Amino acid sequence: MATQAANSELLFSGSDWDFTKLSRVYDAIEAIAVEELHLDIYPVQMEIISSQQMLDAYSSVGMPLMYRHWSFGKHFLHQDLLYRKGGRGLAYELVINSNPCIVYLMEENTMALQALVTAHAALGHNHFFKNNHLFKQWTDAGAILGYLDFAKSYIVRCEERHGLAAVEAVLDSAHALMEQGVFRYQRPPKLSSERLREGLRERLEYEERSYNDLWRTLPHSQQRADVKVQDPEWKKSLNLPEENLLYFLEKNSPVLEPWQREIIRIVRVIAQYFYPQRQTQVMNEGCATFVHYTVMNTLFDRGRISEGAMLEILRNHSNVVFQPAFDDPRFSGINPYALGLDMMQDIRRISTKPTAEDRDWFPDIAGHGNWREVLLDAWADHRDESFIRQYLSPALIRKWRFFVLGDAADQPHCEVASIHNERGYEKIRAALAHNYDVGANRPDIQVVDVDLLGDRHLRLQHKVKQGILLEDTSRDATLRHIRRLWGYEVSLAAVDAETGLTVHERSTSQIAE
Amino acid sequence: MPIFIDRRLNPKDKSLGNRQRFLRRAREELKRSLRDQIRIGRIADVDAEHAVPMPDRGTGEPTFNNARNSGRRQYILPGNRHFSPGDLIPKPGQGGGAGASSPGNTVSEDDFRFVLSREEVLDLFFEDLELPDMVKLNLKEILAFKPRRAGFAATGSPTNINVGRTMRNSHGRRIALRRPKQGELDAILEEIAMLELVQSSAATRQRIAALREELDRLERRRRRIAYVDPVDIRFNRFDPQPVPNANAVMFCLMDVSGSMGEREKDLAKRFFVLLHLFLKRRYDRIEIVFIRHTHEAQEVDEETFFNCTQSGGTVVSTALEEMHRIIEQRYPASQWNIYAAQASDGDNSITDSERCIALLDGKLMRLCQYFAYVEIIDEREAHIFGTTENGTSLWRAYSAIDLKWPNFQMSRIATPADIYPVFRQLFGRQPTLLKRA
Repeated sequence: MATQAANSELLFSGSDWDFTKLSRVYDAIEAIAVEELHLDIYPVQMEIISSQQMLDAYSSVGMPLMYRHWSFGKHFLHQDLLYRKGGRGLAYELVINSNPCIVYLMEENTMALQALVTAHAALGHNHFFKNNHLFKQWTDAGAILGYLDFAKSYIVRCEERHGLAAVEAVLDSAHALMEQGVFRYQRPPKLSSERLREGLRERLEYEERSYNDLWRTLPHSQQRADVKVQDPEWKKSLNLPEENLLYFLEKNSPVLEPWQREIIRIVRVIAQYFYPQRQTQVMNEGCATFVHYTVMNTLFDRGRISEGAMLEILRNHSNVVFQPAFDDPRFSGINPYALGLDMMQDIRRISTKPTAEDRDWFPDIAGHGNWREVLLDAWADHRDESFIRQYLSPALIRKWRFFVLGDAADQPHCEVASIHNERGYEKIRAALAHNYDVGANRPDIQVVDVDLLGDRHLRLQHKVKQGILLEDTSRDATLRHIRRLWGYEVSLAAVDAETGLTVHERSTSQIAE
Repeated sequence: MPIFIDRRLNPKDKSLGNRQRFLRRAREELKRSLRDQIRIGRIADVDAEHAVPMPDRGTGEPTFNNARNSGRRQYILPGNRHFSPGDLIPKPGQGGGAGASSPGNTVSEDDFRFVLSREEVLDLFFEDLELPDMVKLNLKEILAFKPRRAGFAATGSPTNINVGRTMRNSHGRRIALRRPKQGELDAILEEIAMLELVQSSAATRQRIAALREELDRLERRRRRIAYVDPVDIRFNRFDPQPVPNANAVMFCLMDVSGSMGEREKDLAKRFFVLLHLFLKRRYDRIEIVFIRHTHEAQEVDEETFFNCTQSGGTVVSTALEEMHRIIEQRYPASQWNIYAAQASDGDNSITDSERCIALLDGKLMRLCQYFAYVEIIDEREAHIFGTTENGTSLWRAYSAIDLKWPNFQMSRIATPADIYPVFRQLFGRQPTLLKRA
């Protein structure tokens, strides 16, 4: 009886928040999320921060701990400018895929907004991080904060020992290759544990202590011929072709010192940690938006949120899921919040009130009845590309009035390829899914060959898909960075993926330093 | 139940280290754009924040990117109104595909201006002037303020309560509102006690009742009217006063005849800026007077001073005369600390140089706190003239003054690093210079 009475009370009134209210709201939201949506979450740690601290977090890729680098300073200046000119508001929250899940709340938020943000980030994103297979397999939520702490202090130590400029040079080059520093297909090796890293460090220290300059004076072995026989073997051990350039350089570069390799490794690990987030933008935001929308409506239906607060929440919600049409001046691509939420609500509709068309297209889930289970499965098993390929329904394509526009560089016109009609549904769905395939859309660059015994020429290959080449100046600048890490000549051949013909070749010897 | 952590009080400026790294990286370019700004800006503006454009060299972050103008792509766009398959849409502008043409990027990542703080600006400005660190520190130091009593205020912090003033207000209010005094109450109590001892007639009892009622009324009134009310409270008011509080005027004298080119003017400007920075630190109020001269001198504004050249010969004494006239008219030496900085390439006729000596020796040096002269020479001449005492006629004439007056300084400068020695004495012997402040 007492709980019944408490349930009918408002959780908060007025717009000011305090810690008791926050905690009361969190408990109510968590209860609903768990009993209504069956969410499964990491424990939550909520941190209240000021706008200045939010800007700080923005510029260091959203992580609470980060090593220092000038590029973060540059990004900070940029974000700061946008914010101060009013060009862009700050996010209301920031959530970190860690265990416990860290949620940053802005102190400026009103209580209604804090409730919305709690449902969105602390429940929605949190559930997605914990259950989506990409995050489960490719990131280690429990270890990331510890690792960043290690990374930060390691880089500080390197700066003390080797000088700022030397560390900065390695970081610059490694940052340039961050995109090419992830394992896309093969599962990455686990983060080494504290114990392993300790061992590595001890070994390095031992080597430094027992360093003897005399070894340098020994004559080099003259038995090149013997080694040459093993050449193919050696090459096989390099595991070529290798798509993860940072990994390859870290393991095989002939010129890097051990500390430089460790720095590359740090950059690589961070790139890998963020890779699943980039592949699940629509799903992640959709899941969080779906959760906050459902939870807030339930709270309101139970009379625990006042009408005024609900209006404020709805206003913010509709701002977040606003999707202008392609010819609107405000259009800046597809809003992942809007698409994600619409698809998930559509799944709920298909499972509960399917039309004949839905039964035709989604025989597995149409009329399934238990929409929670369907959604939980979808959240767990998909990334954006497969999620859209699987669940984008004709009804939604009609609602969004999607169309496909073909753009060939050599044509003066763009051509409308498909629209929202019977013949177009499949094509639109496939094309949209393809556009969300991060792996397929980034330049595909691999190490294909290296002449370790000769002049150590490193050969990279760029698979040109759909005739899309690399932009010249940034390509040359990036090649220079690779050369810096490799120490010897590097060349990049652009090979057409369909015909196998070499389109273009560029080598560092052609690029002025 | 989640864990709550209040991070708002954590140290701010987590990104300060990153900013410093960024500025160090972009140093050369920042210095150049700052120098350009100083060249066109006003002398007094150096000592402030400056907005500078994002340097484009050294701060790029290249990655492999797809070229926009190659290959075949498909865009999926929402909001189709009237298109059918096969419709052709002309591409808007150069590069990029239709609708998906670059999203509303109002400010691109690499194309914006940001603000350097005053400290950072001065750091960059000082860089090739080769100032000793102590001097840099002194120049960057902001004028100290000293709180000085300035009347009373109705608001303030409890430590500043002025008790006397507060009690006076309270007293006046108590009188005005006729707050019953303790004495009145005591008198009534005493009377009651006395009457109670007697306690005989009905009249006395009535009297006692009346007295009790009166007592009650007075006590209630006492309670209503506070002894010290918030409206009585007064605080000591403090006004921040800059120390020392004094005026200075700075005369900038420059030869603007044709022989002074861009380089010479740039050096001269830095010389003036440095003097101004120094004065600004020492004096509350500084006025700058710009006097340019060829064969005749005139007072001009800063804009004209640095930007216009005039044709004509060179008669330095005209500038000194003009300066003397202005001092007589507007800046009596009893009220102003007078500083002068003169920049010239040293050309002058021998007879006029004599006149300069007479003017300086007879009139000006007695009025001036400090007179600094720089002769701007070619870098190639620097080796020749570096040590020898002979030189242009003006140089030789001024050498005589230099020997006689300790507050006269002169130097030949070819690079920014040569400027500081002129001021060395100024920065070194501060106490004596303050005598008139």
